[in-house]
Amino acid sequence: MAGNAKQTHSGHRGLDMDEPLIFEQDAPGRTGVDLAEPPAVQDRLGGLARRGPVGLPGLSEPQVVRHFARLSRMNYAIDTGLYPLGSCTMKHNPRLNEKVARLPGLGDLHPMQPEETVQGAFELIDTLAHWIKTLTGMPAVAMSPAAGAHGELCGLMCIRAAHEAKGNPRARVLVPESAHGTNPATAAMCGYTVDAIPADDRGRVDLAAFEAKLGDDVAGVMLTNPNTCGLFENDIVKVADRIHEIGGYFYADGANFNAIVGRVRPGDLGIDAMHLNLHKTFSTPHGGGGPGSGPVVLSEALAPYAPVPFVVHGPDGFRLAEHAGGDAAKTFGRMKGFHGQMGMFIRALSYMLSHGSDGLRQVAEDAVLNANYVLARLQDVMSPAYPGPCMHEVLFDDHFLKDTGVSTLDFAKAMIDEGYHPMTVYFPLIVHGAMLVEPTETESKDSVDRFIDSLRYLAEKAKSGDTAFFEQAPELTPRRRLDETRAARSPVLRWQPPPAADAAE
Amino acid sequence: MRYLPLTDTDRRAMLGAIGVDSIDDLFVDVPESARRDGLVDLPTHAGEMEVERTLSALAAKNLSPSVAPCFLGAGAYRHHIPASVDHLIQRSEFLTAYTPYQPEISQGTLQVLFEFQTQVAAITGMEVANASMYDGATGCAEAVMMAHRITKRRKSVLSGSLHPHYRDATETLVQFTNFEMQSAPVDADGTEDLAALIDKDTACVVVQNPTFFGHVRDLTALADACHRAGALLVAVVTEVVSLGAITSPGEMGADIVVAEGQSIGVPLSFGGPYVGLLATRQKYIRQMPGRLCGETVDQDGRRGYVLTLSAREQHIRREKATSNICTNSGLCALAFCIHLTLLGEAGFSRLAELNHAAAATLADKLAAVPGVTLVNDSFFNEFTLRLPKPAAEVVEALSAQGILGGVPVSRLLPDDPAMADLLLVAATETNTEAEMDRLVAALTEVL
Amino acid sequence: MSGTKFTEDHEWISVDGDVGTVGISDYAQEQLGDVVFVELPEVGRQLEKGGEAAVVESVKAASEIYAPASGEVTEINDSLEDAPATVNQSPFGDGWFFKIKLSDPDELDALMDEAAYKSFVEGLE
Repeated sequence: MAGNAKQTHSGHRGLDMDEPLIFEQDAPGRTGVDLAEPPAVQDRLGGLARRGPVGLPGLSEPQVVRHFARLSRMNYAIDTGLYPLGSCTMKHNPRLNEKVARLPGLGDLHPMQPEETVQGAFELIDTLAHWIKTLTGMPAVAMSPAAGAHGELCGLMCIRAAHEAKGNPRARVLVPESAHGTNPATAAMCGYTVDAIPADDRGRVDLAAFEAKLGDDVAGVMLTNPNTCGLFENDIVKVADRIHEIGGYFYADGANFNAIVGRVRPGDLGIDAMHLNLHKTFSTPHGGGGPGSGPVVLSEALAPYAPVPFVVHGPDGFRLAEHAGGDAAKTFGRMKGFHGQMGMFIRALSYMLSHGSDGLRQVAEDAVLNANYVLARLQDVMSPAYPGPCMHEVLFDDHFLKDTGVSTLDFAKAMIDEGYHPMTVYFPLIVHGAMLVEPTETESKDSVDRFIDSLRYLAEKAKSGDTAFFEQAPELTPRRRLDETRAARSPVLRWQPPPAADAAE
Repeated sequence: MRYLPLTDTDRRAMLGAIGVDSIDDLFVDVPESARRDGLVDLPTHAGEMEVERTLSALAAKNLSPSVAPCFLGAGAYRHHIPASVDHLIQRSEFLTAYTPYQPEISQGTLQVLFEFQTQVAAITGMEVANASMYDGATGCAEAVMMAHRITKRRKSVLSGSLHPHYRDATETLVQFTNFEMQSAPVDADGTEDLAALIDKDTACVVVQNPTFFGHVRDLTALADACHRAGALLVAVVTEVVSLGAITSPGEMGADIVVAEGQSIGVPLSFGGPYVGLLATRQKYIRQMPGRLCGETVDQDGRRGYVLTLSAREQHIRREKATSNICTNSGLCALAFCIHLTLLGEAGFSRLAELNHAAAATLADKLAAVPGVTLVNDSFFNEFTLRLPKPAAEVVEALSAQGILGGVPVSRLLPDDPAMADLLLVAATETNTEAEMDRLVAALTEVL
Repeated sequence: MSGTKFTEDHEWISVDGDVGTVGISDYAQEQLGDVVFVELPEVGRQLEKGGEAAVVESVKAASEIYAPASGEVTEINDSLEDAPATVNQSPFGDGWFFKIKLSDPDELDALMDEAAYKSFVEGLE
């Protein structure tokens, strides 16, 4: 048991309420909806009417509301605290975006409505596409991908389709060792072998190693910029030139676009494709793991292969190119059902309109300023992996914990007791015990200062030799460290009725 | 700028602490050729009122199904969402949390996922489910790839009455792998014999129920045929409310069930974001794509939940991962979970009954319109009509009268002239008898 | 352990006649942490030296196990399915992975003996 944790009869601890599963609150016949008695009709189910119960519990509305309200309180969230999860861009999610996404005529549109009844929806998608193309300096954008990884797949499929159109799909894709795992996973889904490029001692792509791997079997390179070490790849134009010289394409992972939005157009860097995570840079909420949206900007060379559907300007208004042929003569196909993450488009456009060109440039500047400020104020007690300046996030390694007996994980868990969500830990893989801190532009200086003060306190406490303090953390949370080994060795992925209940049936 | 807390005083102080003169000094790694001094050519910032006005103007250019009687389906269905669902998903702690990577401060999201997985397994009649996919169509592609991993075979058979978007997305997403897709001819009347297409290379047969055209099918014999040949049956459900009324795919022998969960708790939102459901048998869990939540205990022995079996996933397994998926449909899965909890056993069955009754009532009314024939013998809440003229024209004429009267099959299958006169019509608990009569009258007039 | 040979990927192979037993080293299990799952090859599969033969998973990592020598898989350690922790507890004993009938025993000459492996591992730390 944790040192002085007080035990209660109920299992609750003041405002920290323990909550059973919905399946443990069942009363047969009880419901949280009042639905009318169905009229008597002849069954047309082809003799396949369900014969037994489904196995869902019965709860009333007050129970349901309390259940989920209580569960919500066990979560950390950007609304309640600084969330410095590197590469995830946990910024404020404006509620105006939520409001407009629910407007009648937007949130309630059916995707298969006749085109003339949804001209405003097409105009909205087209307007968002215009903003995205202008901000990135790229001529085309595929709007349908559902999230970042889906966008990567879109970009790589365009690249593969472009190579196949020239008669040779090629075999290898170059991916830095520091890349997100989605990059190699995506390349593999396109039938490519992944060839890893090492980083140099400045945390950037090793240009010489990259050049040594080039060959006429290389389909392209996938490069995150700013990269996962929070650094701008200053050789990026050379990377673009070299890959183009061998007839390959340049895929840029735009997960970190927040650092440069309004200040740098990726199109000026020579890229051929890049996804944007609307749920990162453009503030659509992460929702505990999605939904996302991952539009992909494309160069002239790749645009013809873009997936369907896409909005087309016609003589009498907007149309949707939904099938191969016509406007989509060379499309590589369809990536998902219907037209894309419209709910996220509405929110992202609302965010862009709110900020405007001036506000978005300020977003990048403040995000970079906050991260460099964290670096400046922590470099004497923690160990930056690389010298600054950094971009929108700052990477530390675990050198400052050497010989303290405290690991990166312990340090992260101690931050939880301090009231902070930990930074991204153990990523990127090229840095030992990595800690990647992204404060974002929506934190005030006071907030960042308090966060820095907590980290300084913890860093000094670690160096003071109080290992137990870290090993025991967190102690003040709804649950303490969870046994992940047990979860993976004997997976329990669903609730099962207790055996005693079975016997009673 | 209302979303940016730093003041100019703060900025100057912070630049001083960093030891640089200007913000430009922090962007020195950007090649000079790519530095931009001025603003991009877009409007400058706007207040809440102006933004809302702009978006409301766009909304006003659309015909809202909240106003127009709506009989559209084809994989997305208009259902009533209880008020508490939208309230609860907008709780800050759900809406603005990230993926639950730190379980000690994410038990809310994790317990929801555990409940969601259990609900999905229950309604599909399967043993386990994952924490969601992007949507039903991408889930279908993932299920096919999963079947290939399990059977180590290279071919899949896709039913001719699979939703065309699911078929297209599956063919697209696997096109650069070694897998081969065999799509059966379009099957509008529900009579195809898929068992005849199975051979020793078949990894799986993908079949939708109710079909794209609305037929309700017994999959039992097909499941047996698959299993005899060492193949898997992948069952696709695009209208999950049907599972409240129809024998589940699991009970009929499916090995993987993929569904679009939009109908429970998720607004239509012009086609996305939705929530893909993927369920299977316990023995296949290590071949599943996407996130999984599992039960465990904390160091004090209290029950808790974690993301588990992560070694399947891209952040650990990289190019050997079961899928490249990372972000999924977390918030939509939450909405699904809340709505289905409100429904419960009794409400879920009742909702399904109401949908079926609405469709049966409407089918009888429409079949009585001169020149109209009902194609289906069986259906749940959607059926196919054969009209005496092209369905696309009829739908346009109906929408001119403010009625969203159905989805012309030709919109999804434009190259097949045999589809031109077919109209998909759906009815749900939201459709009143008065709306139905309006559709019948308008259709009679238009034909 | 005297007849046991090691690879640079931390597999060991111990030969009895023309059959080699394969597992991972104590160093490897230590680096992986708690093993939660082992995926083994099918009996009868032909393995190439250096080719992927098995996968070992911990909570935070997954590693390929490469065949230290070529040959046909003759037996696999089924007990690891229910008790993956055996790999941590007894990497050189009950935690073995699979056995192969060696097609070219001379391949083993290129592998490290125990002393060489020990100094190889020391060089990594």
